[in-house]
Amino acid sequence: MRYLLLISADEDEVEATDVPDGMDRFHAWMADLRARGVLRVHEGLHPSATATTVRVRNDEVLVTDGPFSEAKDQVGGFAVVDVADLDEAIAIAAGHPATGIGQVEIRPVREA
Amino acid sequence: MTDGAPDVAGAVDEAFRHEWGRVVAAVIGLTGDWDLAEECTQDAFARALATWPRDGVPDRPGAWLTTTARRCAVDRLRRAAVGDRKEHAAAVGFDTAPPLVDEEALASGVADDRLRLIFTCCHPALRVEAQVALALRTLVGLTTVEIARAFLVPEATMAKRLVRAKQKIRLAGIPYRVPPSDQLPERTAAVLGVVYLLFNEGYVATSGPDLARARLCDEAVRLAGVVADLMPDDPEARGLEALLLLQHARLAARTGDDGALVPLDEQDRSAWDRAGIASGLAALDRALRRERVGPYQLQAAIAACHAVAPAPADTDWREIVRLYDQLVGVLPSPVVHLNRAVAVAMADGPEAGLALVDELMSTGGLAGYHLVDATRADLLRRAGRPDEAAPAYRAALAGARNEGERRYLARRLAACETTG
Repeated sequence: MRYLLLISADEDEVEATDVPDGMDRFHAWMADLRARGVLRVHEGLHPSATATTVRVRNDEVLVTDGPFSEAKDQVGGFAVVDVADLDEAIAIAAGHPATGIGQVEIRPVREA
Repeated sequence: MTDGAPDVAGAVDEAFRHEWGRVVAAVIGLTGDWDLAEECTQDAFARALATWPRDGVPDRPGAWLTTTARRCAVDRLRRAAVGDRKEHAAAVGFDTAPPLVDEEALASGVADDRLRLIFTCCHPALRVEAQVALALRTLVGLTTVEIARAFLVPEATMAKRLVRAKQKIRLAGIPYRVPPSDQLPERTAAVLGVVYLLFNEGYVATSGPDLARARLCDEAVRLAGVVADLMPDDPEARGLEALLLLQHARLAARTGDDGALVPLDEQDRSAWDRAGIASGLAALDRALRRERVGPYQLQAAIAACHAVAPAPADTDWREIVRLYDQLVGVLPSPVVHLNRAVAVAMADGPEAGLALVDELMSTGGLAGYHLVDATRADLLRRAGRPDEAAPAYRAALAGARNEGERRYLARRLAACETTG
């Protein structure tokens, strides 16, 4: 099954927190997923201050500055993994260093 | 086998109590389809009611029911597959031929299916309310209406909760299996926690008109037995069964005629269920023999101290304090600390217990726990300080959670006010 991992956190907190081995752990996480051949997509995003949100109402395109949700925590990256079941996806999500500050939401991908 | 419809109805009832969860679990194991499993299990019991009076009760009702339900599921899946390709229906030759059932695999594998079922029901990706409801529906066979009544929610709410839980299991890919060994302790604790919660849900509200909730206790005790049988290597599972059996055995004596809570030292011990106590003690004995003690076994051991005392004065409070000392070590919760203080009060006098309670309160260890006031009030009363007990009873009354508690506290308060 494919799962979207939506990685989010409080951007200010991420900025302020210095995780000394964070990058090393992140690279190890990526290397493991690549070696197992389960990683379909993985991207990190620029901060939510760079986001643009688009809505169409009454045929009018409404463009606003900022993310769609005003929540404190914002999406900072995402991945798609192809694994056997939710437990495997949970184990992968738990291995992402971001879970120490923010969280990872796991969403099953709708299959055709 | 004896003839006669009442016996057959009884046999079906008996089979329902013992086999429902087994049959559901086996069909989910076969098909992965929870709704189909429930429907076909229901169908199998309907067939039993229809055919057993005519053909007699089979030697192994469980195997008969499982075979019938599996056949129903396979037939339905075949028909659904054929429905997709109607033109081939005649050619494929799907008829009523029953699938071969490996009796040996049935006998050995079915227990594993139930274990897979309980672990899946109690998966942490499901809400606790959904976990409990799902376990009651699939493993115990309670109807949606019965579960809704027990949890005091509208039937539609409960139906939706069950549908959503099953949907999540299917769409999110929650695996139908016993977790791997590195996750087993944590996940087992979650399963036992659900059973314990189920029991307490019924236990706190077992007065007066809440018979539907009292039934939760029966079902929790049964489920605890099933879980303990399924996890013979985990003494905590058996410890939980022992604890629930021992607490359940006191149920009838717990409330007075007016519905008020009757405290342990005032209960009519002749109303305790002796057979239940014997089963509880036996279960505790089996658990303790494995020499890996844990919170449920310790709580069961404490309950056993009460259960074997012919009168309150015979209670071995020293032993109870010793058990609480151990329990505080593994389960340092406010309720355990408070209960330990009560035990100390019984062993060393109310002033010793009060000193402990006050110390706990000053360290914030009991913050927000609603029984603190009631406990302090009882200790003050026993210490012969009714003037101080009265305000504590008033504070406890303000926080009481049900009518039974309220009546008990009101009676104590009135007594303090007349003597004080």
